[in-house]
Amino acid sequence: MSLYLKLFLVFMKIGLFSYGGGNAILPLIKQEIVINNLWLKSSEFTDLVAIAQVTPGPIAINAATYIGYKVGGIWGSVISSVALILPTFIIMLLITTMFTKFKENRYVKEAFSGILPATVGLIASAAIMVSFGSFVDYKSILIFACVFIAGYVYKVDIIKLTVVSGFIGFILYR
Amino acid sequence: MVKFFGGENVGNIMDLFVTFLKISTFTVGGGPAMLPLIEQSAVYDKKWITEEEFIDMVALSQSIPGPIAVDTAVYIGYKVAGIGGSISAMLGATLSAFVAILVIAIYFTNLNQNKAVDAVFMGLRPAVVALLAIPVLKMAKSLKINPKTIIIPIVTAILVSFYNINAVYIIIASGLGGLAYGCMRRRSARS
Repeated sequence: MSLYLKLFLVFMKIGLFSYGGGNAILPLIKQEIVINNLWLKSSEFTDLVAIAQVTPGPIAINAATYIGYKVGGIWGSVISSVALILPTFIIMLLITTMFTKFKENRYVKEAFSGILPATVGLIASAAIMVSFGSFVDYKSILIFACVFIAGYVYKVDIIKLTVVSGFIGFILYR
Repeated sequence: MVKFFGGENVGNIMDLFVTFLKISTFTVGGGPAMLPLIEQSAVYDKKWITEEEFIDMVALSQSIPGPIAVDTAVYIGYKVAGIGGSISAMLGATLSAFVAILVIAIYFTNLNQNKAVDAVFMGLRPAVVALLAIPVLKMAKSLKINPKTIIIPIVTAILVSFYNINAVYIIIASGLGGLAYGCMRRRSARS
């Protein structure tokens, strides 16, 4: 099988079977890339996770682009990223058009009455997973507290908060 | 009917692309970290969707496979400007992730050993935790979570973050739970 086709199929599979977003997707990617296809070594995958944390945007896209490039150059990175997005795009588009129609349906409403509180828990778990290794000393706890109060109570712009906390980190930990 | 490009939509389509590009460029920590920014832009600044719609959309994104950022971009893009809108929002949400990683993969291989970059991220990580905690509280408030239903998000958070349970099982179980609860309530209302 051609390499590009293989990349396309593997990342389409990852796109189709990854739920929850962010770090929750990483174990599945590791399974496919490191164990099933031997495209990266385990240590290279750890590097990739670190790089994905320091680059903008969705982690799954970061991973697809990086692995695609390492395996098949620029075209590899394009093919992997497109393959990752394609199933999500099609499914979400279909669901969006249907959801507007079935939103008022009794059963849809009842199912959502359970799913909505679970969603709150899923976002909380995203926060918990990022927190592992984030609190290294009292200074990082202080940054957390300041950003939380500024964002929640004073509704400070999130982009400003991100830029300022990166700058503070640079000053404090350099 | 499925909407597609329309003359009056071209401005919106550009606006969607620029807004999502800006959101994804200033997000580190992945798709879920984009949610507070998406809420700020789409609900409060641009008024593309309501607060209630935002929460529904987040629940939908969690129920559908793939990156959350792509799901939300497609949803908001479609609402604002049809299929053309969803394509442009999705491109905006993914482009900077693609370009940044490509540049790094080509030119730098040891970025995570750079001391200055490391220091910036020591400051960013606790901030991202706070930025993710804020929507949790806000959503819990607008969903009117009470002492009885708070068990659902708590159990979900524990199962996913400490036991690596796949989110799809949680979505299926909580959806079925919601249906069963509704069924029970209807039965007791009838008798």
